[in-house]
Amino acid sequence: MNLVQNLMNWVDARFPATKMFEEHMSRYYAPKNFNFWYFFGSLALLVLVNQLVTGIWLTMLYNPSGEGAFMSVELNMMRDVEYGWLLRYLHSTGASAFFVVVYLHMFRGMLYGSYRAPRELVWIFGMTIYLALMAEAFMGYLLPWGQMSYWGAQVIISLFGAIPVVGDALTEWIRGDFLISGITLNRFFALHVVALPIVILALVVLHIIALHEVGSNNPDGVEIKKNKDKDGIPMDGIPFHPYYTVKDIVGVVVFLFVFLMVVFFFPDGGGYFLEKPNFEPANPLKTPDHIAPVWYFTPFYAILRAVPDKLLGVIAMGAAIAVLFVLPWLDRSPVKSIRYKGWISKVMLALFVVSFVILGICGIKNPDLPVEFLPFHISYLRLGQICTIIYFAYFILMPFWTVKETCKPVPERVTEAH
Amino acid sequence: MKKLLVLLLGLASASVFAAGGGHNEYIVKAPLNLNDKVSLQHGFQLFVNNCIGCHSAQYMRYERAANDLDIPLEILQDNLLFTTDKVGETIISAMPQDLAKTWFGAAPPDLTLVARVRGADWVYSYLTNFYPDESRPWNVNNHVFPDVGMPHVLSNMEKDLGEKDFKQAMADLTNFMVYMAEPIRAKRIRIGTWVLIFLAVLFIPVYFMKKEFWKDIH
Repeated sequence: MNLVQNLMNWVDARFPATKMFEEHMSRYYAPKNFNFWYFFGSLALLVLVNQLVTGIWLTMLYNPSGEGAFMSVELNMMRDVEYGWLLRYLHSTGASAFFVVVYLHMFRGMLYGSYRAPRELVWIFGMTIYLALMAEAFMGYLLPWGQMSYWGAQVIISLFGAIPVVGDALTEWIRGDFLISGITLNRFFALHVVALPIVILALVVLHIIALHEVGSNNPDGVEIKKNKDKDGIPMDGIPFHPYYTVKDIVGVVVFLFVFLMVVFFFPDGGGYFLEKPNFEPANPLKTPDHIAPVWYFTPFYAILRAVPDKLLGVIAMGAAIAVLFVLPWLDRSPVKSIRYKGWISKVMLALFVVSFVILGICGIKNPDLPVEFLPFHISYLRLGQICTIIYFAYFILMPFWTVKETCKPVPERVTEAH
Repeated sequence: MKKLLVLLLGLASASVFAAGGGHNEYIVKAPLNLNDKVSLQHGFQLFVNNCIGCHSAQYMRYERAANDLDIPLEILQDNLLFTTDKVGETIISAMPQDLAKTWFGAAPPDLTLVARVRGADWVYSYLTNFYPDESRPWNVNNHVFPDVGMPHVLSNMEKDLGEKDFKQAMADLTNFMVYMAEPIRAKRIRIGTWVLIFLAVLFIPVYFMKKEFWKDIH
């Protein structure tokens, strides 16, 4: 014990190890009333680690060339190398899981106003992570070099062609060729395994540093730093370690149960995590019957298609993501949490979530087909257009209803602990 | 609000999974059993005897299939290797692809992953749905894949065996092709069961550890 203590003292005299641990773990005071929605931040970190570790091993088995990519995935990873299939399924399912937890994590922020002052930068760093994650996922999806990898990338890259004047030159510059080829695959591989992981890791550090500077929000939207005891410790705060570490471990076990159930029993995710055409090697001469991006992009893809003009569609899609960045300045409510906001906020948030989910469905479906689950006749295109309007209305109208509506009184202290 | 959300999310997800796409009345459920080694061995035998004349399975090695299906390597070497003499080779057809294209109108596709691209039911239904059609170059057509370039390679077998036994043989062949499309499928389900049992058990101490730490927090 003494030896360990001496070693720690030696380190601390040279590097702030204990100080950092205390600042971010054992003396980082988090509100005691975190609920279910607060699991997804630590779970996102878990999935990130999963992606990094499995990804490193996959690069050892992968051949980043047009001629060898598909072969290296299907022969080397899936068949030759012991448990290569497990690494691949952990990575491919991890990509979808990443978006599941990130979407729920973002929804939590919207639910309890976690983006409000003084946490605007926490939100903006988080949104930037989301953006980097979309780029990372998009480039990663090209690497198996299957039919959907190829044609999905073809569709997305061609969107840049809608930009006036420089469009065509830009798409050529991105692809490095006149069409998607092994050259595109090489650069996407480099960006996927080196550049974007570095960007994402750096942003995660910034996200957490910003969060620990201002402190965590909570389901009541009450600032726990307003009520401190004589030692300067928030009265509604508890040390992150050990309280939330032991709680998050419970969340991790439950998450792993669901995640590994998919990995071991449904790695295709019903054709949504690994799309069927992607088991056929990329073929520039044969277009698949139906090209749809992976499920986590489909809400934005539906917004793109909802606008008849290609350039305006691309702008709408960009705006749908960009508007999330300015959310902290659109919400002008005197309260943070949905618990104390008025009924308009509740209805609008519900409408927003529903329209986002429906947009996701519209992005998967053929836009000309009628919607099966509604009693009246409407095409997926039209439904997508309606949901696009709701999506944007949520943000555009927010500054107005948030000042108009009557809110409930916010308690002085947090209301409950779980 | 929560109830409304749950209801709407449920409705939305139900509609996604209800989506079928192009429907073909001839596609029936394939009788699969990946734990039936005899069926898989028979399927493997049918595959090397009848399919690899034209088709490759370039992502599958002979030796791997033999090991997984409990076929001794001597038997593999003596009876099942037609295009190579090395058990570690992948299953490559001897037919030149460019000639095949002129003979059949399209190069015969690689079959390693066809069960994952098209689905097991499609493969089984395709194999059992050839019918005579004078208008086609090989006097044969298929209900599941109209105007397919492939002749009915197994027509003699279909005549000799009769409908019932032929369907059983095609079930074995389909079974093998599903195995080949994902050789670790049976294994991952076996491992996965233990993984989930482990996590379910792990949940108990982890949950009570949380409770113990949190008992003073009110």
